[in-house]
Order: sequence, then structure tokens, then C-alpha cells
Amino acid sequence: MPYTPELKELIKRVEKTRPVRVEKKRRGEEFPAMSLKEREDILKYHPDFKEEGRTEILVGPNKGYRIAREMVAILHAKSRLDPDAVDLSQVDYETDVLVIGGGGAGTSAALLAVQNGMKAVIATKLRLGDANTMMAEGGIQAATKSEKDSPYYHYLDVMGGGHFKNDPELVETLVVEAPKVMAWLEKLGAMFSKFEDGRLKTMHGGGTCRKRMHYAGDITGAEIMRTLRDEAKNHPDDIKVLEFSPAVELILNDKGACAGAVLFNLETEEYLVIKAKATVLATGGSGRLHIQGFMTTNHYGATGDGLVLGYRAGVPLKFLHAVQYHPTGAVFPEQAEGLLITEKVRGAGANILNIEGEQFVYEREPRDVESSAIIRECLERKKGVPTPTGKYGIWLDSPMIDFLKGEGTVRKEFPGKWILFHRYGIDITKEPMLIYPTLHYQNGGLEIKNNCETKVPGLFVAGEVSGGVHGENRLMGNSLLDVVVFGRIAGCSAAEYVHNKFKDGSLSLDHVRRYHRALADAHIVLDSRVSPMILPDYSNPEVRKKQLTTKYLGTLR
Amino acid sequence: MSKKPTKSKRTAENEEKKLVPIYIMGKRYEVPASLTIQKALEHAGYLLIRGCGCRGGICGACGTVFRYPASYRIEVGLACQTVVQPDMYIAQIPFFPGNKAVYDIEKLEPTGAVLGALYPEIFKCVGCGTCTRSCPMDIDVMGYVSKAIQGDLTAVADNSFDCVMCGLCSARCPAEEVQYNVAILARRLYARYLAPRAVHLDKAVEDIKKKRFDKPLQELKSLALEELKKRYKALEIEPDIADEFWVPKDKTCVFED
Repeated sequence: MPYTPELKELIKRVEKTRPVRVEKKRRGEEFPAMSLKEREDILKYHPDFKEEGRTEILVGPNKGYRIAREMVAILHAKSRLDPDAVDLSQVDYETDVLVIGGGGAGTSAALLAVQNGMKAVIATKLRLGDANTMMAEGGIQAATKSEKDSPYYHYLDVMGGGHFKNDPELVETLVVEAPKVMAWLEKLGAMFSKFEDGRLKTMHGGGTCRKRMHYAGDITGAEIMRTLRDEAKNHPDDIKVLEFSPAVELILNDKGACAGAVLFNLETEEYLVIKAKATVLATGGSGRLHIQGFMTTNHYGATGDGLVLGYRAGVPLKFLHAVQYHPTGAVFPEQAEGLLITEKVRGAGANILNIEGEQFVYEREPRDVESSAIIRECLERKKGVPTPTGKYGIWLDSPMIDFLKGEGTVRKEFPGKWILFHRYGIDITKEPMLIYPTLHYQNGGLEIKNNCETKVPGLFVAGEVSGGVHGENRLMGNSLLDVVVFGRIAGCSAAEYVHNKFKDGSLSLDHVRRYHRALADAHIVLDSRVSPMILPDYSNPEVRKKQLTTKYLGTLR
Repeated sequence: MSKKPTKSKRTAENEEKKLVPIYIMGKRYEVPASLTIQKALEHAGYLLIRGCGCRGGICGACGTVFRYPASYRIEVGLACQTVVQPDMYIAQIPFFPGNKAVYDIEKLEPTGAVLGALYPEIFKCVGCGTCTRSCPMDIDVMGYVSKAIQGDLTAVADNSFDCVMCGLCSARCPAEEVQYNVAILARRLYARYLAPRAVHLDKAVEDIKKKRFDKPLQELKSLALEELKKRYKALEIEPDIADEFWVPKDKTCVFED
């Protein structure tokens, strides 16, 4: 849907202020960045600080921890399984390393496990590569340009972005491994954007002191993911991929170590037992829980399954109170709602503007600060742009980029976004985009050490489902880095564990029984809800009312 | 399937919500006119398992074929990106069993001949252009297939870069090609061997192997919070407009040699 006449009228105000803003940008004059104090103050507009949005966890290792209601709801639910109904003596698959999740972290883990002599199985909910990694657009940070940058500066940026609360050991690992990851990806044949002499192109992201964000057009995550997926499929004898088979529960053994998982075949609805010597949990994030009703940029499968599995097995949670809202999600047209507009658009020079076409925030504040400023501009200062669906948005002035960097830059640097808006009759080289913060990233998750091990022996965790490396707020370009760095490490650590520490034992789901008892002891009123959620339900509630015998056909009930 | 309310009631409802009829695998449903095919399936009552991924046009999970009533032509698109039209006939192709060659990228020669050796069917291309017409990303698929036949890896890599690997080109190809797998092979070969290497990576990795940052990072990790904040605030910021040759004044932890 093209812009309505009302919106087109409002765009004129943006066009009016544009020449002056372009000139300012050319001179290097930016809207003043906030001081640390100002940043702290504005965060009260952030959804994380809405007390009514949170509630207390009543069971498990983080009893008393207050996090988003939607997350607590899946932790306060019963398992999908009746532990007594599963026959653990019937093992359907057996492998060295089980990787749960087929995104960037899981696929990297499988590749490195195999490189270290393992046989691996990737069990994934949808297809291999169907993950948030695929959707990450902006880039991947790494201090690869020694004449101006080093892991030292990268470290400071990561800590500053995370409000200095990050786990320092994890951060050190992240920034030190970063250049190695870039070298690995280049060698695998990922097609990064380069200068003619081969030097990697880099840009700023929010909260970076150096331009260290490498990219592949505006589909960096897709390029990394499709390369990793292709590589994984080149090892058919060593990596078995089970698609549409999400894990619904971890299996422990009588020694308390992780010994595999119960998988659910989404099509045949069978529950299958997979026994593994080591397990890597890499299930990604939870945007599809739609915390506080926010729209999300996340993948269809991002329902926080790994949090539930890990927590029931006894792994504590960290930083889960901090949820990331990406400052720029599309809010128009309706069909594109929630869709990520990469931060790179701001990095390339586009201003953020209110209904008057005025700037009100520096474009490269850390994401939580930038989002808070946008929410304040709309809700408190009432200077948001009203959309036809009754929401508010803020302009992201993409046409500035061609003025600043030459005609054709937008089409070349943002081909994915250009074609998408073009389909809806909007030319982002001539018209600004309408955006609003959108639920983007789970900053926290399961507690890990820097070799990805957890409190549960034989269980390794990597990627968005883990917590600690980003503290309370992740910077752009550090999630793609996170998944590859820690995915690789998890694969190595799992292999090392199998070689040196693994001891066989009898399989058990006692931890699930214990968890169920704890739910009962905490007097949690259990509705019919089970978790993990597996898929969000967007089907029509009117239709659902009439689905009286969901799924069952035939005569036997 | 649509219910049978009285005509007047349905018309009123349609007016209000702007409902349009569509046919999902031949069955009629009425859905709001503003929805994408994906959301229309959900509105009709489907809980999607296959054929739904990123919901944002990049993962290639939701390849869909459809036809408008007044036309004989089969059209294609991504369900998450295509808005429904009245009387559209819709079916999804959530999985396409295309052939993928298994190879060791380290052992391949970066020559054009590799494409034809691993995917000999590319030479069967009849030049019909259906692949190009079928591409939801507006890629000139037939164009890069002809470059593949010529053995021009660079051109295949560049021209196929936006591919989401949905498989719609293959699904409609009379020569049974797997264009998207040929394309990713070409891109990997190009990026691995033909594109000029990023030699600055060597130094960055070498510095890490030499543990040059261990001490500075050790120091940062041991700093009191206030001191750490001070260092953060004092960071020199590379200006937005700086060119590639910018160097910082502060060289606390820059090893240029």
C-alpha cells in the first residue's frame, strides 16, 4: 500500500527540512549525543521499566526473579510430556553431539563438532537455517582494521552498550574471537562487501567507536546462514539434519548429565528419543512471545523453547529482565509491520524525525536509548506520525542517503528493503520510511561460561538463548558475531567433553517430574497451557472456536 | 470454508471489513483485502507448520503459486510478501526436492567448469525464461544460468546475490535445473577464491595469536566500574564521514606495525 494522501502531505514537512539537514551531515554536525546521565533518565520510557509488565518466577533456580509476564508464563507451564508416558528404553536416534536448533549458532556448533571428530545431529523446529540469524541484516562486528581498532575498543563498546553489567569473560571471548570468525567465514566463501583491493567494507553501528561492522549488502545474516547451511549439507555422513523436529524436553542421566532430548515430529506428532553424549542448546530467542503486545522482527519459530528446556534441567537465567526493542521496525504499510529496518540505514546518514520533520535524537545511541527516545517523542511529546491503523510512527529519512553518498547508494546498499517497499508502491530513495520500536532480541538467557558449558554436565549453550555476553543491551552487529563465536566454541567444547569426560548412564526425565512437583508446591494455577510453545498461534480465533476436535480425524477419539 | 450468511448480511460485512474471496487449494474463504497470502491462510484458520519462516521475505520458506480468475497464467510469489487479490487460487510449495551437489570447497578449483561438472543439467537450459519470471526477488535467473553455462563465476555470484533459495525457479524449470544451488556454489567459489582477499584479517588474527591484547584486556577486566566508565566516555569516536584511511589520535591499544 503506498502512502496515504495524509501521510504524503506530512512527508512534505520532511522534505522541507531536508536540504539543511543534509548540509549539516556533510559538515559532520550531528544531533548532540546524550550523556550517560541523560541516557539513564530516558530509559524510564523503555518497556523494560514498566513494572506491571513483569512478574516473579516462583520455581526453579531463579525463584524470585522478576521478568516479563509472557516469559514467566512459559516457565510456569507444564511440560508437553507426561514423563511416565515416554519409554526412554526405546532410543530412536543415537549420536555423539546433538545440536538443538538449526540457526547460526547451531549450524556453527555442528560444523566444529564434526571438525573435532564427532558425528552430529541437528534437530530443528523448522528448516535448517530458519532462524533469526537469517534475518539479521546490518552486519557483524569485529576489530579487523589494526591501524585504528582492536579488541580493546570493541570490548569497551560492548560493555558500554550493556550498561557495564556484561559478564567480562564472555565479552573478552567475543571480541578476541571476532577477527578469527571473519577469517573463517571468508574462507567458507561468505560474500562480504569489499573494496576493490579486497579490504572489507565496514560501517558504524549504534554505540560503536570505530567502524567495525562488516556486511554483505543488507542481507548479512542471510549470507552467513546460507553459507553455513550449504557447508553443513556438504557433510551428509557426519551431520544428520532432522527438520520439523523440535526438542520438547532434555533428557538427563542418572549421573545428572545431559544425555539427549525428546523430539517432536511436527507432522506425524510422534515423540522420539534421541540419545547423545553431549548436547548443544542453540534454540535462539523469544520475540514471538510478543512481550507487552509489541510487534516483533523475529522469526516464526522464536518462542523461547530453549529457556524452558534449560531451566527445567536446572540451568539458571541471567539478564532475562532486559529485552531489546529495535528502534526502527516498519509500522507502515500494515503488511510489513514489525519488519526490521536495519540500523545501517542510520549509519549511512538517514535522520530520525518527528511529525514536524525535526530531529530529536542522535541516530546512533545504543538501541535501548534510541527506542526510549522514539517512544517518548510519540507518547509523551505527542509528536509521532499517526498511521492509518491507529498507531504512531517516526520518520526515517532514507532519501538523505543518496544525497550524501551519491545517487544509487540506497538501491546498492539496501537492495532487500528497496524491493520490499517498492512492491508496496513506496520508493525509499524518494520517500522516508515510517518506523516504531519493535521487539527484537532477548538480551539475556541461560547462564554459560566462556566455553559454553552450563551447570549441567554435557549441556552446552550458545547464541541468543544464552545470557551474559550482552549484559542488559546488545549492540548491533554483535548478535551475528555471538552466534558464530559461541556456536563454534560450543561445538569444540562438546567434542572435548565427549573425548574426555563423557560417562554413559541410564536415561531419565526425573527433572521434569521434579519441576512439575515444584509447580504444584508453589500453588501455581495450571491452566491447559504446556510449554515449550513451539509455534505461535496466529490462526483466526473465530475459526478456532469451532475447531472442536482439533487435529483428530477418523472415528476413534 | 465460507459460511452461508444471507446475502445482505455478507455484503454488509464485506463492506465493513473489505473482505475478498480467495481459494486456498481450491476451497473458498473470505479474508480481509489488506492481508498477505500468509496472513490470509492464518485468518482462514490454518496453523502454519510448513511454508512459514521469517515472515519478512528473506528466508524463502513460503514459495507460493497462484492464478487470477481471468488468466491462464500461473504466477508465483512469497506468501509473506504478496497481498491477496479477489478470487485468487492459491497453493504453496513449502519444500522442493532439488538436487544439491556435495563438495569440499577446499578441494574445488575456482573455474567455471566446476559448475557444469557438479550440475551438468545447466547445459539443458532451453532459454524459456520461466525461472526469471518466477523469481520473487526479481533476479534475472536465466541470465545467471547462461553465465553459469559460460563458466563466468563472478557474474553468477553478483547476479544471484539476492537469492532467497525459495526454489520457485526450479519448481517451474522444464530443464529440471536447481538454479539456486548452482548459484550458491558460484558465490562460495567466487568469495573463497576469486574475490581479492581481505589481507588485513591476517594481521588482526596474527595479533590475537600473539596474545597482544591479553594484557590490555586483562587490565580492562580488572578496572573498577567508575574507571571503566571513564575509559568508555573518553573513547575517540571515528567520525561518520571519515574515509577508509582515518586513524585515531589516541593509540592506547592500536598496533599499527
